[in-house]
Amino acid sequence: MKQLLVFVRKEFYHVFRDRRTLLILFGLPVTQILLFGYALTSEVKNAAISVVDQSKDPATQAITEKVRASTHFNLAYADQTVHQLETRFRRNEIKCALVFPEGFAEALTHTGKARVQILTDGSDPNTATILTNYLSAILTDYIGQQQAGIPYRIDVQTRMLYNPEMNGSMNFIPGVMALIFMIVCTTLTSVSIVREKETGTMEILLVSPFRPVLVLIAKAIPYLALSVINFLLILFLGVVVLDMPLRGNFFLLFGESALFIITCLSLGLMISTIASTQQTAMLISMMGMMLPTILFTGFLFPLENMPRPLQIISNAIPSRWYYLIVKSVMLKGLGFGYVWKETLILAGMATALLLISLKRFTVRLG
Amino acid sequence: MIRVEQLSKTYGDVRAVREVSFAVERGELFGLIGPDGAGKTSLIRILTTLLRADSGTATVGGYDVVTDYRAIRNTVGYMPGRFSLYQDLSIEENLHFFATLFGTTVRENYAVIRPIYEQIEPFKKRRAGQLSGGMKQKLALCCALVHQPTVLFLDEPTTGVDVVSRKEFWDMLGLLKSQGMTILVSTPYMDEASLCDRIALIQEGKILSVDTPAAIPGQYRGILLAVRADEIYALLKDLRALPWLKSCYAFGESIHCTVGQPADAARLREALTGHSNLEVKEIPASIEDCFIQLMNP
Repeated sequence: MKQLLVFVRKEFYHVFRDRRTLLILFGLPVTQILLFGYALTSEVKNAAISVVDQSKDPATQAITEKVRASTHFNLAYADQTVHQLETRFRRNEIKCALVFPEGFAEALTHTGKARVQILTDGSDPNTATILTNYLSAILTDYIGQQQAGIPYRIDVQTRMLYNPEMNGSMNFIPGVMALIFMIVCTTLTSVSIVREKETGTMEILLVSPFRPVLVLIAKAIPYLALSVINFLLILFLGVVVLDMPLRGNFFLLFGESALFIITCLSLGLMISTIASTQQTAMLISMMGMMLPTILFTGFLFPLENMPRPLQIISNAIPSRWYYLIVKSVMLKGLGFGYVWKETLILAGMATALLLISLKRFTVRLG
Repeated sequence: MIRVEQLSKTYGDVRAVREVSFAVERGELFGLIGPDGAGKTSLIRILTTLLRADSGTATVGGYDVVTDYRAIRNTVGYMPGRFSLYQDLSIEENLHFFATLFGTTVRENYAVIRPIYEQIEPFKKRRAGQLSGGMKQKLALCCALVHQPTVLFLDEPTTGVDVVSRKEFWDMLGLLKSQGMTILVSTPYMDEASLCDRIALIQEGKILSVDTPAAIPGQYRGILLAVRADEIYALLKDLRALPWLKSCYAFGESIHCTVGQPADAARLREALTGHSNLEVKEIPASIEDCFIQLMNP
């Protein structure tokens, strides 16, 4: 027991004295979360807009005010004629424009119908569509508030469940969490064991009364602890900085994450029994895991759209199941009753991987 | 203490160890002498239970290296050929780690390592990666000794170490031997052979000879002559042209030739009259000469 403790302490020394390991362990997750959360979202923020108000009545002013208040838009110009807009689009000064015709409020109150024109820069179709949606939402919102006294009308309403604001980070954070654990845990565990083989310290460890299997356990414990800290850090960043909701039970999420971390550590242990150099271990766990994880977790490319064979392959990727669990618990606020199947699959994978690595871990060299 | 019988080990096509047999007595300082790739490391790894031999048996301290490997791991000390400690841990931390791993403490066995540890103690807070080659070696030896092993295996402990540190290292081995420890050490340096009680000359996985360092030169066949002249290259060329020389090779600043009978020395002088400052001298064979002869029977 005392031997195990000393071994675990030695592992912590290794981690804290190696800047590279620390960088992978804590730098990578933080940058990835912030990158995916802020930079790589489909959300459009601060798009330059010009409003051409030819009516100048309370209704158009109220709508303009709503546009100004929206974080998606930056009300940069107020132009007089539609003609001016063209120049602005050409100079790339604005991404879209809202044009109110004369007598907007009058038409709205008398006939219950008014026209408004939305102009967007179609050279970037994705952004254009998104901006149109934002503006439509603002208009619908305004009309909804004015409904009193206006004849009954049918309104088609689109609502994004669980994510009404189309907050992009909601989809990304669970995916990035899965990706990070998959890469960080696997890489660090496998590299740290293979390093002992490569530097020759494994020879001395083997020619000692210390049981070889305990080497695996002693290696896994520090990374489990550090990964749990990592999990808390990512969760904190997600909830506080990126406004992720945590609707479900925190302890359930914690437990599920611990299970997933153990699965990844077991995968790392297994890689360490295959690889004989740190480079190989690094290559297998970083390159070999990164692509399948990104492809088959489902947070970038919907699995439902994939051909059947790829869907079957995706079942073998642990991060896929963890992603489902995190989405269910964090975003939908579901309990264990809804994720037990995924939990069972992860537990099965962890057990299988552990058994394989224990069996493959030899008490001798070569 | 160590018994090796008909041990063989093959890696693919390479026969690293070929039917090796020898025995090391208790308290003996036994040297495995041979060039790189002779099979020394494989042999030591088999004895330290790190590798399994393909055939043959071996025991260490009465324990079989295959069936009783756990018992052997509890009692032997092993220092691998490469520096195999944690470079990012300090001297103190390395020593403490290995002491605990072997279920003991530094204090408990301080007497064993004290003569060696005292030399590196002033630097105990320094990380192992920043130590000089000689100090690394001393630290590795301390770590291998900290649990007071009955048998110590050292794989090329002095390779890549400066001359002064090499001498110090061998002095320490002598000290350990005087405390009754059995030591098996491998080295490619012939000059270290004379510091052992007995040596085994090993080449291409085969043991050529096992004897005391003093007795091995007695096995030399023929008469050894050291030949010198100003033009050493031309001299070697002329010597190689003489068909009746049994062997002829450059050795330091002179050329060693083996001849069959004492009269051949004069015959040699005659054949080389053209060389200036010619010097032909009969010398006793060194271990290296014996090794060369054994390698080229």
